[in-house]
Amino acid sequence: MPERVVTIGSKVGLHARPAALFVKAAGAQPVVVRIGKPGSDPVDARSILSVLALDARGGDEVVLFAEGDGAEAALDELASLISRDLDSPDAAGGA
Amino acid sequence: MSVLFTGIGVSPGVAAGPVARMAPPPEVPAAAAPTADAAAETATALAALEAVAAGLEQRAARAPEEAAGVLTAQAMMARDPALASKVGDAVRSGRAAVTAVAEAFAGYRSLLAAAGPYLAERVADLDDIRNRTVAALLGVPMPGVPDPGHPYVLVAVDLAPADTATLNASTVLAIVTEQGGPTSHTAILAKSLGIPAVVACPEAAGLADGKTVLVDGVEGTVTVTPDSAVVRRALAEQEARRMALAGATGPGRTADGHPVQLLVNIGGDKDLTAAAAADAEGVGLFRTEFLFLDRPAAPTADEQRSVYRRVFEAFAGRKVVVRTLDAGADKPLQFVTTPGEPNPALGVRGLRTARRHPELLATQLAAIAVAAEGSGAEVWVMAPMVATPAEAAEFAATAHGHGLPVAGAMVEVPAAALRARHVTAACDFLSLGTNDLSQYTYAADRMASELADLLDPWQPALLELVRLTAEAGRAAGKPVGVCGEAASDPLLALVLVGLGVTSLSMAPVSVPAVRAALALHTLAECRGMAALALDAEDGRAARAAARR
Repeated sequence: MPERVVTIGSKVGLHARPAALFVKAAGAQPVVVRIGKPGSDPVDARSILSVLALDARGGDEVVLFAEGDGAEAALDELASLISRDLDSPDAAGGA
Repeated sequence: MSVLFTGIGVSPGVAAGPVARMAPPPEVPAAAAPTADAAAETATALAALEAVAAGLEQRAARAPEEAAGVLTAQAMMARDPALASKVGDAVRSGRAAVTAVAEAFAGYRSLLAAAGPYLAERVADLDDIRNRTVAALLGVPMPGVPDPGHPYVLVAVDLAPADTATLNASTVLAIVTEQGGPTSHTAILAKSLGIPAVVACPEAAGLADGKTVLVDGVEGTVTVTPDSAVVRRALAEQEARRMALAGATGPGRTADGHPVQLLVNIGGDKDLTAAAAADAEGVGLFRTEFLFLDRPAAPTADEQRSVYRRVFEAFAGRKVVVRTLDAGADKPLQFVTTPGEPNPALGVRGLRTARRHPELLATQLAAIAVAAEGSGAEVWVMAPMVATPAEAAEFAATAHGHGLPVAGAMVEVPAAALRARHVTAACDFLSLGTNDLSQYTYAADRMASELADLLDPWQPALLELVRLTAEAGRAAGKPVGVCGEAASDPLLALVLVGLGVTSLSMAPVSVPAVRAALALHTLAECRGMAALALDAEDGRAARAAARR
């Protein structure tokens, strides 16, 4: 299954605003994307509660998985989103 | 037949209108029976979640940007596909819709709570959505501040700081709470919004939605189903009082011309226009916590500077006293407060946080200094929770080093009042925070409504500490202000002036009454009242003595 390992670029971690932006972007993909910490069971990236519960902090590594048509493009887009600092004011355009 | 309830009046004014209660969180019935049709049961649960999400989005559309972000994120939680599938699983295993929803939320709640303090606010958000969804399924009123669609008298057990964000001052005619004291959040909020309020009124528990009540925030009374003649008379008296107060303008003076600076308290940059329009000589307490609350990291120097600048410019030509960050106790910050302090009110709070995080204070003072430059305002800074002369001296030296010429200490800890002579010598001015000073003097938690009598700002021991502090200031030729709720009680304001206080800072709504009271009394009369109050046995007796 295609996957990407990404380091979280937002200092606050995948919490609050960055989590909301990520989940929204995941929901807009044509395929189901899953996200998890390395070695643990991944969760549905469209679920804000599951993403928050990962408690992924800034600088932590996470793994994204997807399958099917458009999986590679979806992973590229979401990986690039996660690696940015989504809590800075100028990140709004990325949403 | 009208009935009279008595509480403590904490925000002046009279208003009459129908009651709308703040509903408590709904209870999930233990024996909720599911219907036979699991698909229909699931659909019911999901429809309730969707309705809650839609309601949150509607509120987000009307909310200011920052609150809108939180509400939109809450709507995403209510529409969470993983939550929906958990609800479906629970229904298929035989649960009723309401039980399934409660279980699904409980599961995510414990996951988020386990992640620690970072997600504490999201746990509170989740609880709110859960309560809304359960209320929708049970057909009971939505918890939280009500929105009956017409002006109303808000009746609640007590208000939490979080409720204040959603309170609409244009539709809430008056506030009545069963608990709370003169320094509770309810009192401070009501005063800052100019809404008449009565707290510590246990009989209000029996008030039902729609009942008409007359609330008198001066006398501390609530009249249930008042005669229309009574309502007319009370409102006319209120109007006459308002007109009389409007007659007095300009800087505060006693009848014999002794100047007393009248200043306003502000807690953010939201209500700035109204505060700046107040007939006052400036700001005696600019609380800066709002910049730091509800975020995972401290605001940058740039962000702070632009907010401070807006405030200073609004008060160009006047004085603005900025209180540096007062975190801890009832105002925990994710990046400062250590969770699990056994006694947070006595812990690392106020200026004490600078022991661990000197960089926060340095950044803030630097931002204040840059914002002050050329703003036209006369900017002073003061530190909260100073206990020793050494703390005051260190703060003043740091502030002076950042180019802020006037730096003072708040007197909120009895130790600072008892050693006021030395604390005054160590800095440029003192400001008495009477809310915390009474809490620490009487060892009575500000939030404990059962102890409201001990927290009465008329308590003679508190007045004694005010006297010591004011005398030390006078001997050193340095200003001593009061910026607690005590300053907004016109009678007590006279006593404080009699004790030697040189400025009074309060909610803008309270300024006219205090100004009018000062104009009617000479300094000698104020001193006489102060002597009587100091001689009294307790707060009640002190008030009665001063009134004579």
